This record gives sequence, C-alpha cells and structure tokens, in this order.
Amino acid sequence: MASSQRSSDLTPESSDRTESPEIGVVGWLRWIWRQLTSMRTALLLLLLLAIAAVPGSIYPQRSADPNGVTSFFQGNPQLARVLDALQLFDVYSSSWFSAIYILLFVSLIGCVIPRTLVHYRALRSEPVALPTRLQRFPGYRKITSDASGKHVLAKGEAALRAKGFRVIVRAGSISAEKGYLRETGNLMFHVALIGVLITAGIGGGLSYNGQRVLVEGETFVDNLSSYDSFNPGVFFKESQLKPYAVTLNKFEAIFDLKNPTNIGTPLDFRAHVTTRTTPDAAPQRSLIRVNEPLQAPGANVYLTGNGYAPVLTFRDPDGQVSFSGPVEFLPQDANYTSLGVVKLPDAKTQFGVLAFFYPTKQQLKTGAFTSSFPGLVDPLLSMNIYVGNLGLNDGSPQNVFQLQVHGLKKVAGPKAPNKAVQLVVGQTKKLPAGLGSVTFDGIKRYASLDVAYNPTEGWVLFFALLALASLATSLSVPRRRVWIRKFEGGFEVAALARNDDPNLDSLVDEIVQSITPKKSSRKATK
Amino acid sequence: MNSVDLNIPLSRLSLVFVFAAMAVYTIAFLIFVWNLSQASSTKKAERAKATQSEKWGFGFFATAAAIHAAGVVMRGISAGRVPWANMYEFSISGSFIVVFIYLLSIRVRDIRVIAAFVNGFVLLVLGSATTLFYVQVKTLMPALQSYWLVIHVTVAVLATAFFNIAAALSVAYLLRGSDWVANSKLKAIAIVRRVLSVFPKEQQLERLQNRFNSIGLLLWSFTLIAGAIWAERAWHRFWGWDTKEVWTFIIWTLYAGYFHATTTRGWTGKRAAWLSLVGFSAVIFNFTIVNLFFKGLHVYSGLK
Repeated sequence: MASSQRSSDLTPESSDRTESPEIGVVGWLRWIWRQLTSMRTALLLLLLLAIAAVPGSIYPQRSADPNGVTSFFQGNPQLARVLDALQLFDVYSSSWFSAIYILLFVSLIGCVIPRTLVHYRALRSEPVALPTRLQRFPGYRKITSDASGKHVLAKGEAALRAKGFRVIVRAGSISAEKGYLRETGNLMFHVALIGVLITAGIGGGLSYNGQRVLVEGETFVDNLSSYDSFNPGVFFKESQLKPYAVTLNKFEAIFDLKNPTNIGTPLDFRAHVTTRTTPDAAPQRSLIRVNEPLQAPGANVYLTGNGYAPVLTFRDPDGQVSFSGPVEFLPQDANYTSLGVVKLPDAKTQFGVLAFFYPTKQQLKTGAFTSSFPGLVDPLLSMNIYVGNLGLNDGSPQNVFQLQVHGLKKVAGPKAPNKAVQLVVGQTKKLPAGLGSVTFDGIKRYASLDVAYNPTEGWVLFFALLALASLATSLSVPRRRVWIRKFEGGFEVAALARNDDPNLDSLVDEIVQSITPKKSSRKATK
Repeated sequence: MNSVDLNIPLSRLSLVFVFAAMAVYTIAFLIFVWNLSQASSTKKAERAKATQSEKWGFGFFATAAAIHAAGVVMRGISAGRVPWANMYEFSISGSFIVVFIYLLSIRVRDIRVIAAFVNGFVLLVLGSATTLFYVQVKTLMPALQSYWLVIHVTVAVLATAFFNIAAALSVAYLLRGSDWVANSKLKAIAIVRRVLSVFPKEQQLERLQNRFNSIGLLLWSFTLIAGAIWAERAWHRFWGWDTKEVWTFIIWTLYAGYFHATTTRGWTGKRAAWLSLVGFSAVIFNFTIVNLFFKGLHVYSGLK
C-alpha cells in the first residue's frame, strides 16, 4: 500500500504510538484502551484465539465427549488432574479462552464505534479536495485537448455520475468518490459478529437438551424425571417442558445385504412413533429419522443412536422372578457386537451379569465370538456372571451400563469355574452356583433420542448470514477516488483505489474517452 | 431407503480412469517444469521455445482433467450419489475442482506460471487418494443422507481450491521477495532465482493471493454456516465444538487474521503471506490428520 493511501486510511491505528510519560491515571487508561483497540492487538487476539482453540480438539471435551474425559481420567489420572486444573477438558468455557474472546470483542467494539463515526462523517462530507500533484497516483493520464473547460467538467461529471460516483465540481476541477459500501460492509460484518456472539450466548442460557433411551413399546413423557441425562441452560425453568408424550412403536434398522462391497452398511434407521401433544390430544403417528427430527411442542426430538435390547427374565431357584424386561445393550462396533449389564439386587443371592450380544454370531479361531453382520441373522447372547454385593443398597448413583466387578466373584465366564451362559432366543438355562435360571424371551430394539430446544437459533443464523453478506460486500466493492483537472490546452485525470483494483486503468480510460471521444484529437501521456 | 444397487464394475473402471489421469498429469507436470526452465533460460532461443511447450503442457493438463472428471463422474454413478462421501472420494473430487477452478481462473487472471505447482499438488493428492485413502464404493450412512451433503461439501471443496491456489501464489510471493534467494551464491538458488524472474511482480502476486483468499474465505464462511445448519438437523445443536468444527473455526479465524493483517500496519506483505500459508496448512491438517486420527462426529474417512 502506498503511503498516500495509508494516510487516508480510516483505521484508528495512527493513534497507537506511545504518549509522553506524564499522563496520569486517565492518560494510562486511555493508553491501555488505545492499545486494546489497535488493529495490531485485534490481530494478535485473533491469532491467539485460533491457537487457543487447538487443545480442545486434542483432549476430550466434557461438552462433546464426556465419556472420553472419564476414560482419560481412568487411563492417566495424574496427567488428567493437571489438565483439568488447566481447564483443558472444558477449553471453550475455560477462563483463558473466554478471556481471549471477550478481549477480542471489546477490542472490536472499541474499534467499530469510532470507525462508524468516521464513516458516518465521510458519508455526509464531500469528496476530498483535489491534491496538488496528480502525477503520483497510479491511474494518471495527461491529455492534450482543445476542449473548453466547461465541456471537460460537464462531460467528466456526467461520466462519473453515470458510474455511481459522488461528484463535486469545484473551480476548474472535479473530485469524485465511490465505494462507501466497502466500509459499510466492513462495519456491518463486525457488528454482525457481535450479534452472533450475543444471540448464541442468550440461546445457551435459555436452551436445554436431554437424552433418553426408548425401547420399542415404551413411552416418554416430557418431564425432568423422564430423561436419562439433562443439560439445562442457566435460565432454564422446569415449566418450559410441555407434557407431550412419545411412544416408540417400532424401530427399523435396514442394513445392506446385497452389494458385496457394502455388506452391513446401514441404509436407513427409522423410529416409528406415536405422539400426543397434550395428555388428552389425539395420538399422531410420525417418523423420526437421522437428519429428520420430530417437531414436538417447544422442542425437537432427534434420533441419535440405536441398539438392541434383549428381553430377559431371571428366576430364583424357587421360581420367583427377580428381574424381567428389556436390557439396553451398547453397540461396540459396526456389526453391533453389544455389551449389556444386568444387576440383580433383589435376587436371593445378589449377583450381576456382564453380557455380550451378537446379532449374527461368528466364532473366531480363538473360540471367542464376534458379530459378522449388524442385522439379526443368527443372534446369540453370552453372559458372564459375578456374585457378591453390588453396592446398590447405600443409594449412591451408579452407571447402569457398567458393572463394578471389583470385589465380586466371577462364577461363569472365561477364567471362572463355569463356562459363560450362552442362549439363543426362546431358550431357558440354569445358572451356576444355585442362582436360579434365565430365559431369553426375545429381542427388541431401542432408539436413543435427544430432545433439544434453543430459541435463538434463528437469530444466530440471521446474524451469521448478515456477516457473510457484509463480508462479501466489503471484499468485493472497490473504493475509488477520481480527480479531473482542467488546465490550459488540456486536462488531467487521476484515480486511486484503496485495495487491489486491476480495473482502475480501464476506468480512467473510459472517463477520458467520454470527455474527448475522438481518439485522433488528443494525445495521452502516462 | 430400503435397498440400493451399487455398480461395482463401474467403480473399478472409475479407478482405472483416475490412474490414467495421474499418468497424463505426470506428463503435463514434466512439461510444465521443462517449460519453466526454458522460460528462465539465459539464452534467447530457449526462451522463445517456452510459449510452445507451455501450450503442450496445458494440452496434456486439460486432457488429464477430462479423464479425471470422467473418473469422478463414474464413481458418483456407481454409488448412485454425490462422489464425496469419504476421504478417497473427497480427494478425487476436490482435486478435480482445484484443476477446474484453476483452468477457469487463467481466463480471468494470468496465473499460468503456477501451473507446475497446481499440477504437482493435484498429483500428490491423487497419489495419496489411490494409495492411502482408497475404499470400495459404499452407500451413504444415514447421517450423511441429506441434501446438505451436496451444499456443505461442495462449497468446502471450492473454498479449499481457492485457498490452494492462493497458497501457491503466497509461496511465489515469499520466494520473490526473499533477500536470501536474491543474494545467495548457491547455484541451485540461482536457478530458483531465474525461474522466479518469469513470475509476475511481487505486487501482482500479492494482489492475486488476496483475490483468491478473499473468495476462499467467503466460501469457507458459507461452509461453516451450512455445516451449522446441517448439524442442527442431524445432531440437535448448530455448534458443539466437535473436532471438525473446531478446525473449521481455526481455519476461519486464521484467514480472518490474514485479511486483518493485510490492512494492519507492519503486518502487510510478507507476514500476511505467511499467514496465508499457515491458513492453508491448517486446511491440509484438517483434511488429513484430523480426519484420520482425531476423535469426533465427522468420521467419514471410511478407513479402519
């Protein structure tokens, strides 16, 4: 950029040089403010923000991957404690990340407000006066012509106005300027970013999301106790939840069995549900698919996962049922080898079951089983059994998907006195160690549903699109100044662009052409 | 969908076309390198031949692009969907878009001199795609069954193409402006110096780099917004700091920093060009390392 351009630059950075030492408290504050709102500080904060975002992609984050954080703590407790103290598991809500973006936005506001005032004045003021020496500008032509001053200025003014320039005619000269939209776009872009931040922040406070695993046949009613997990924003009130009900009638999972390269790839997941918007409303049937959430009153219901829920019945030796119902198994791989846990605190002898479910069983050379297809072709259930105190009596919460085997005695499974108990659908088998019997009644599927509400999404999108449109404007509209000066025996035209502007020369040529149309009657010198 | 017919023989033919395109790209690349050496020759007679060899280079390059395009289209037809659902497909489609944008761009701005760079980069991408990322043709997993796949990924590929060309211009700009290159007495550097003398002037390179990056940034912003809209449909939230989202944000911030730098005193010129390169490195990092080794929701490489 040429120095002449920089002097006319509207950025307030010309004020960021250090002041004299005797400036007092107010002076210091003013100095700090100027440093903060300087272009250079804003740039450094921007780059710092990019760097600060990196660790959040390296370490698991509580917000996106809470299980990852848990297993990090289990695998490497000492390092995990250090990282946790540095808020590296909550990077995007950490004090240091927040500090950077808050400073950045303060700097941005401090930059945008004075620039807006300057721009407002520029919009209202006349184009800048004619510089003394026009030769120093990139688009410069000196034309020898016998046209009258009146003719040159009238034609020049008309040509510039036709191109959308703001024109002022002074004695023997013209100053013209266009492209104010460039700075308008630039300022709007920054304002829109503030809009994104504020609306996203408010949305975070008002929003909530909750997760619920629903087995075929089960009904979910929207209240706090129905959720398996729930994450409210700070302004959430329980009254926000509307008592609508969703029943999962049937879950369809379609896997490809036809194309050799594609065997086992899921083609579609469909949750067929019946909803009631209020307790006495008429039931409505609808379909939830991935990418196609259900619009429930005040929230959307999303399909985020699925799996198998074998239906099991455990009986004590005397025939007394100690457990009966579907058990949700977590898929461990693409072929749905699944892991499930049953805890039987009410059995005569307290015991727990760690079970593997193979929708299509395949025996490996080692003798172990795996699943070779995610659909139900040849399902098998294999149970390891642990006897002992499950620790459920003291009321402390436990993960239903985990069995704490420490302190329990393994009575069936690998390296135990008895082999794992293996069942196909419909089978009943006796359990070892006099624990009674188990029946594999059938297989249901379950859907993992996410219920989410965020009232400001539309506003965030609006400001994001506004930012995009403003950015496009500010990057594409050229800002140009043109001057024309009449002198005895000819005239001069000069043009200046703020940024990359390869068409500046042709613009000048067009203006010259419209003042003196006949090429033969003039002689241009660059 | 309930059932799909994949055309596996056609997908094999597609791979043959991609290999054929690589062969022709290699010829074009050698001609472009030869052309640069001619154009920078001290002998006038050699320099005169450069125009001719450049024509041949672009002839082969365009032929390779046509074969490349056929390979991409066949892959799409064999899968019955857009050909960018995994890393292999994204690589072959993306590199074609780079070539396509480049061939369109030389009609608007004269950036013929970076042909060897663009060609070399595309060869590298195709080489990695066929050896490291190749997976057999598969259907779309339910999470990807959305028209947003077309919008979001197309624009991301376009943005990458513009960033890529801008990065080539940044390299040329930095080399041209380097005092070390200008003053070194090494023979190899003298050759580099001669080749660079064929390139446009620094100011021109800077302007072009700016243009391409500005279009890249606009497209990237759109990718980010489209991704957020899709994420809201598929994952219940428009932004959740998933690893891919984090890197999209980092790249956006770096390029925003680049444009900030171009108007900040003391940061224009070389520092801005370095930022442009840092930005593009992040784009490449996002596509390779993040895809393959980082845990997240965007796990679509199809590799095990």
